[in-house]
Amino acid sequence: MSDEHASLPIAARVRRLEERLIEAGVLTDAELDHALDRFLASASPTNGARLVARAWVNPGFRGLLLGDAPAALTHLGLTERMHAATGEILRVVENTPGRHNVIVCTLCSCYPVGLLGPSPSWYKSPAYRARVVREPRAVLAEFGLDLPPDVEITVWDASAEARYMVLPQRPAGTGALDEAQLARLVTRGGLVGTAAA
Amino acid sequence: MAEPGPDAAGRFRPGDRIRTRTIDPAHHTRLPRYARGRLGVVERVQRPFPLPDDRARGIAPPRVERVYTVAFDARELWGDAGEGAHTVTIDLWESYLEPERGDR
Repeated sequence: MSDEHASLPIAARVRRLEERLIEAGVLTDAELDHALDRFLASASPTNGARLVARAWVNPGFRGLLLGDAPAALTHLGLTERMHAATGEILRVVENTPGRHNVIVCTLCSCYPVGLLGPSPSWYKSPAYRARVVREPRAVLAEFGLDLPPDVEITVWDASAEARYMVLPQRPAGTGALDEAQLARLVTRGGLVGTAAA
Repeated sequence: MAEPGPDAAGRFRPGDRIRTRTIDPAHHTRLPRYARGRLGVVERVQRPFPLPDDRARGIAPPRVERVYTVAFDARELWGDAGEGAHTVTIDLWESYLEPERGDR
C-alpha cells in the first residue's frame, strides 16, 4: 500500500542509486529535485481537461482519444505527460447516458499522474480501493454522484501497465461554450469518475 | 522464455471466457486476491509486458507475457449479497489465466 512505499526494498534501492550517482558526480541532488519538481509542476488535471474539452467539440478527436489515446496525446503536445519509459499506456473510457466509468488501483495507487495531477489522499486510501470495486454505486453517492439505477457501472482496476482516464459526458446547457471554457468545467474527480465532469 | 514481438498472437481473444488461477504465492503478484479463481471474459488484448512476479524477485530476464483486460461480473466477485450489477475490469498477465470450458 502507498503508506508503505518508503520502506519497500525498491525505495531503499532507489535511495542508494541516487546517493551513488551524486557521489560519482553524475548528477546533483538539486538536479534530481529540479527534474521531479518540473514533472510535478506540469502534472495537472488541466492536462486531462484539455483532452476532454477537445473531445467534446471535435468528434474526430474523440474517436482518436477513445481508440488510440497515446496518439491523441501527441496532438495536444502531452506525450511527455505519460511515463513512456516504463511502458505506461493510456486508455480513455467514455461515460454515456447508460454507462458510467470509475477508475481505481486496488493494489496501490496507479493513475495517470501527468494528466490528473498528484493523486488525492482518498484515491490512495484502503477504504476507497477496497470499496469502489465492491459497492461503486454507494461510494459514488458518498462523493455526491447519485447515478440513476439504470446506469451501468464499470470499475477499471489499473493493476498492470495501462493507466485509465474517464471521458465524462459533456454537461447539458454548454452548447455556447468554447473549448477553453469547457476545459474549465472538467475536474480531477470527473477524470477519475467520482464526479459527473 | 523469449520475448514475444508486439504482434505475436496471444493465447486468448476478446470474448474468450477465462478463469483466473487459484494461487497464493509468497512473492509479489498482480493477480489481486479478490479476483482469484474467478470467471471472467477477455475484453481487450494488450501488448506483452514483463511479468511483475519475476521482476519483484529479481529474476533476470523476467518472463514477458501478454496482458489482457478481463471483465468480471460483480456477482462473480462478491456473491449475490453484494451491490450487484456492475462490472470490474482488471488487467492480468497471461499466466494468471486459464481457459474456461463447459457450461457454468
